[in-house]
Amino acid sequence: MARPAMIIVGSGEAGGCAAVALREAGWEGPITLYGEERHGPYERPPLSKELLTEKEPPKPRPSAEAGRFDELGISHRPNSRVIDIDPAGKEISLHSGQTAHYEKLLLATGARARLMSVPGSEYALTLRSFEDAWALRHLFGAGGHAVIIGGGFIGLELAASAIKLGGRVTLLENQERLLSRAVPAELAQRLHEEHVCRGVRFHFGASVSRVERRAVILENGERIAGDVVICGIGAEPETALARKAGLRAQNGIVTDDRLCTSNPAIYACGDCAASVHPQFSDQPMRFESWQIAREQGALAGRNMAGANERQSIVPWFWSQQYDLHLQIAGLPDLGKSTVVRPLSDDAVLQFYIDGGGRLVGAAALGQLSDVARDMRIAQMLIARKATPDPAVLAATERRLKTLLAA
Amino acid sequence: MEEGWIDACAIDDIEEEDVIGFEHGGHAYALYRTLDDRFFCTDGLCTHEQVHLCDGLVMDTIIECPKHNGRFDFTNGKAKGAPVCVDLKTYETEVRDGRLFIKAG
Repeated sequence: MARPAMIIVGSGEAGGCAAVALREAGWEGPITLYGEERHGPYERPPLSKELLTEKEPPKPRPSAEAGRFDELGISHRPNSRVIDIDPAGKEISLHSGQTAHYEKLLLATGARARLMSVPGSEYALTLRSFEDAWALRHLFGAGGHAVIIGGGFIGLELAASAIKLGGRVTLLENQERLLSRAVPAELAQRLHEEHVCRGVRFHFGASVSRVERRAVILENGERIAGDVVICGIGAEPETALARKAGLRAQNGIVTDDRLCTSNPAIYACGDCAASVHPQFSDQPMRFESWQIAREQGALAGRNMAGANERQSIVPWFWSQQYDLHLQIAGLPDLGKSTVVRPLSDDAVLQFYIDGGGRLVGAAALGQLSDVARDMRIAQMLIARKATPDPAVLAATERRLKTLLAA
Repeated sequence: MEEGWIDACAIDDIEEEDVIGFEHGGHAYALYRTLDDRFFCTDGLCTHEQVHLCDGLVMDTIIECPKHNGRFDFTNGKAKGAPVCVDLKTYETEVRDGRLFIKAG
């Protein structure tokens, strides 16, 4: 019988953090990380930004954890697709025909770009991996006109990158405003204005009827021609493997507040997982965020090693478009009232307070130097379930930091 | 003063438990003041993505990078865990007549 082994499926941020955390939490047996990509864990946030615009030919930027695999005796298997899990026998099967036995298994399978269900959708490029970014870089580098479907974070960040490279952009959004799922209206409006200022042309309420290699045709018959068509309409969790193994999955692989799935030997974390965040709700929630992937990865690793810790993560997200930084912490949707704190002439922070006076979310938009500190303090206040005085939150002459001492 | 020391700022330019940026000779530095009025100096850019640390939050003797919350102990420059893994360079400081001097280079 082989030594009991920990297996991680998925070698993104979450998988890499989990592997390191497992070892640091005292697991001494084998740790194997299987990834479909040919790279080890690397940072995805730059894919829509610096990797497209910087002059140097880009390389994947390895995550901090990837550099420690050798030292920690973590085995990373690239180009490896896990095709099956046998929960009864505690075994996984690889596309190569190999099998491997696990003591505990972590699914960190991530998410994939959502595709449109219209004719010609295969002509639209998507962005998820380093290779996707590489392909876009070559098309963007040639300047020209990019037609982007979807006014979410990926679409807007790509628009900003294309403009930076001297290209033209037309952005098609089927809602009546940008970022309608994720961002409070006032901040989305400010971002919209910035894009308009920079020359992006918008079509709202645009329903795509089909895609051609160099054009998008709308339901109303309008034809928008460009040099490249890009689709950024969100991501879908990779749950196929989990479903096949009989694990509970809805919008993501369902886990408890310790990131354990419906099978006690199998955990899930990151973009693929819908987990319970007990400080906010007893309903599983799924986030697509670099920070959550990292923090959940580390928590899953510790719990697989026996820690039995509940998650107490405050979601935190950022997007950068031109010089504007958008940051969101907590869950603005849970707010019943909003308190506005101006940070400068061109930066604003909004606090979201629930019916009981608790600070449950915050969002800010502006230069990084104006928004970063106060957003970090907001995040800490949210974690503490603070009920700050709204008058202090709104008063720019009062340092927010004083609320942390309370 | 001996060679290599630079007059960086008045000590009251930095609030307690806070940081400001300072540039000299094309190089960015970050200057810190603790709650108990000790002063420190490190390189001004985060070792992760070259972001200005002076926009970050100081908590006790930790500076957090404003972009990805990478943490450093500014008294010795030590990286305090991912995503940062490379330590910050630190510089000697001295207070004279209400001004903060740093030993650059």
